[in-house]
Amino acid sequence: MQLSREALLGAYRRMKVVREFEERLHVEIQTGEIAGFTHLYCGQEAVAVGVCDHLDREDKIISTHRGHGHCLAKGCDVVDMMKEIWGSREGLCKGKGGSMHIADVDVGMLGANGIVGAGAPIAVGAAISAKIDGKGKVSIAFSGDGACNQGTTFEAMNLAVVTQAPCIFVFENNHYSEHTGVDYAVGTANDIASRAEAFGMKVWRADGTDFFAVYETMREVLDHVRAGNGPAAVEFDTERFFGHFEGDPQRYRGKGEVDRIRETRDCLKNFRASVTSAKLLTDEDLDTLDAEVLAEIENAVQAARAAERPTADDVLADVYIAY
Amino acid sequence: MAQMMYREAVVSTIAEEMERDPNVVMLGEDIVGGMGTAGGPEAIGGIWSTSVGLFDKFGKERMIDTPISESAIIGAASGLALAGKRPIAELMFADFIGVCLDQIWNQMAKFRYMFGGKTRCPAVLRLVYGAGYNAAAQHSQSVHQILTGMPGLKVVMPSSPADVKGLLRTAIRDDDPVVFLEHKALYGMKGDVPDDPNFTIPFGHARLTRAGEDVTIVSSGLLLGFCEAVADKLAQEGIGCDVIDLRTTSPLDEEAILDSIEVTGRLVVVDEAPPRCGLAADICALAAAKAFSSLKAPPQAVTPPHTPIPFARELESAYLPSTDKIEAAVRKVLGWR
Ligand SMILES: Cc1ncc(C[n+]2csc(CCOP(=O)(O)OP(=O)(O)O)c2C)c(N)n1
Repeated sequence: MQLSREALLGAYRRMKVVREFEERLHVEIQTGEIAGFTHLYCGQEAVAVGVCDHLDREDKIISTHRGHGHCLAKGCDVVDMMKEIWGSREGLCKGKGGSMHIADVDVGMLGANGIVGAGAPIAVGAAISAKIDGKGKVSIAFSGDGACNQGTTFEAMNLAVVTQAPCIFVFENNHYSEHTGVDYAVGTANDIASRAEAFGMKVWRADGTDFFAVYETMREVLDHVRAGNGPAAVEFDTERFFGHFEGDPQRYRGKGEVDRIRETRDCLKNFRASVTSAKLLTDEDLDTLDAEVLAEIENAVQAARAAERPTADDVLADVYIAY
Repeated sequence: MAQMMYREAVVSTIAEEMERDPNVVMLGEDIVGGMGTAGGPEAIGGIWSTSVGLFDKFGKERMIDTPISESAIIGAASGLALAGKRPIAELMFADFIGVCLDQIWNQMAKFRYMFGGKTRCPAVLRLVYGAGYNAAAQHSQSVHQILTGMPGLKVVMPSSPADVKGLLRTAIRDDDPVVFLEHKALYGMKGDVPDDPNFTIPFGHARLTRAGEDVTIVSSGLLLGFCEAVADKLAQEGIGCDVIDLRTTSPLDEEAILDSIEVTGRLVVVDEAPPRCGLAADICALAAAKAFSSLKAPPQAVTPPHTPIPFARELESAYLPSTDKIEAAVRKVLGWR
């Protein structure tokens, strides 16, 4: 399927926003201004954008501890997210959640999550709700290769099949759960999708560093699920450019591994190469977008830096039973 | 005596006990770290560096790196224990007990009793707990409140490197399930640790870390240091505080607490867990029930408010009990009529 010029520009822009958001955080974190744990999504942009480009606000997603990309792709505000990561009371979650717990139900983003595997059952619940409402909406559970080993994920898959809920399990296999390799930790010969298959779901597999592969695959998956065939699963093979968390020295990775994947498996680079060689967009088109995105991120960082800090009184905001 | 960090006391004690007893095994996520990766098996040695070097020494039969599956980790620890091993299971963050609570609460903690005393379950759960890292609501909690309330578990909260050494050794040698809670903000703390390979600290024996006759302050873990700072400050004004480090919350050293209250007549309990149905409330109730006639003022609990733990730096520090709040509570009991 050929995407329109607008759609191509939009997809590139969204991936670029995620990329620059992350690259900038990687730099800002060194200054010590940002507190807590931050897990960067850089390298996996094609998955978040290729999936969420098919969704509207009423479709729901639930994310992982590595949630920035999913949030941005689903439409969370860049400035409000940055403020949240900075811990401002103007942040998307008033500085209560931070990087790992960003959520915005108004755009159908049901939360990043600090508990690995916690998302899948919640996504099934949202999918059951969508089924009851009967408007053809779906819910997406993003999970890593590590999260697929959690009992909650298995239980969620089975519940989704049993209830025929319009839930899509999107497994992002970036080959690592923290520091442990997928070859070691996933017993089904490194094949996560086959697990979903064993629960009775139709499954897909695709290269998660190729935006077009993700986008096309998701279109098929969504057609299948929106047609009322119950849940489905898809496994994307992807790459993580940074460490598990910011500050991770990555001693478990091979020599030159990151340079190599940045060279050959960079979804943005490959997108650019394919659209320019097919003469769908020009380098100038994309360079213009790059500049816009950089300015947008710069603006978000400045806004976050200048935003109002929380005070001790804010600790008890949104507490509905207090002592 | 050797100087070492809290974290080093953990790893050296595990190493010594694994050396001493071939039945001691360890399991957990990333405790080896790097399994199945290009960087080689022992690239990490645990996310808190509390198992560094153990894989080299003991190999993969005894250092069992697991997938992210807490229920399986804790359940397998029970199975290992019932079948004659002495497992040490690690959860990266104590908060994750939510995932595997049944395996802790309905299984491990109940075997000895339910099976009519015919079996013991010598497992150690090492959990990393506490606030101070701006890790927000799902990675900062103090869970001793929940675990102490469960019959069948021993609950240990070391506050110094020496206590890690003596209490962890006791935990590994104990024949029943022990929850060993390591405070993440104490890992870098340095202190003297006895060299004696049989140095152990028995459970249920609190430690008096400051002595005084005016107020009893009871605490444990990270906040113990806050209490000591307050006691040192007040000592300059001539106010004497007994500071009691509980060391274990189950069993609880009631005697140490009551003996001190008998002298001081005033009690402040400082705890990192939420206020309701927690350790601080429990100890205040103990004083009311068993030391009523000694009390000159109502016991005071200093805890965080009843809320999840917030992210932002300003919020987390407002959430945690501070030395100011502890001092205010001490002055309050002193000023009572
Ligand atoms: C229940 C639970 N166990 C362990 C962790 C610690 N932890 C956080 S992220 C992570 C790895 C997750 O790996 P994966 O699902 O592959 O996602 P990725 O990091 O690759 O995005 C682990 C073990 C956690 N947060 N929650």
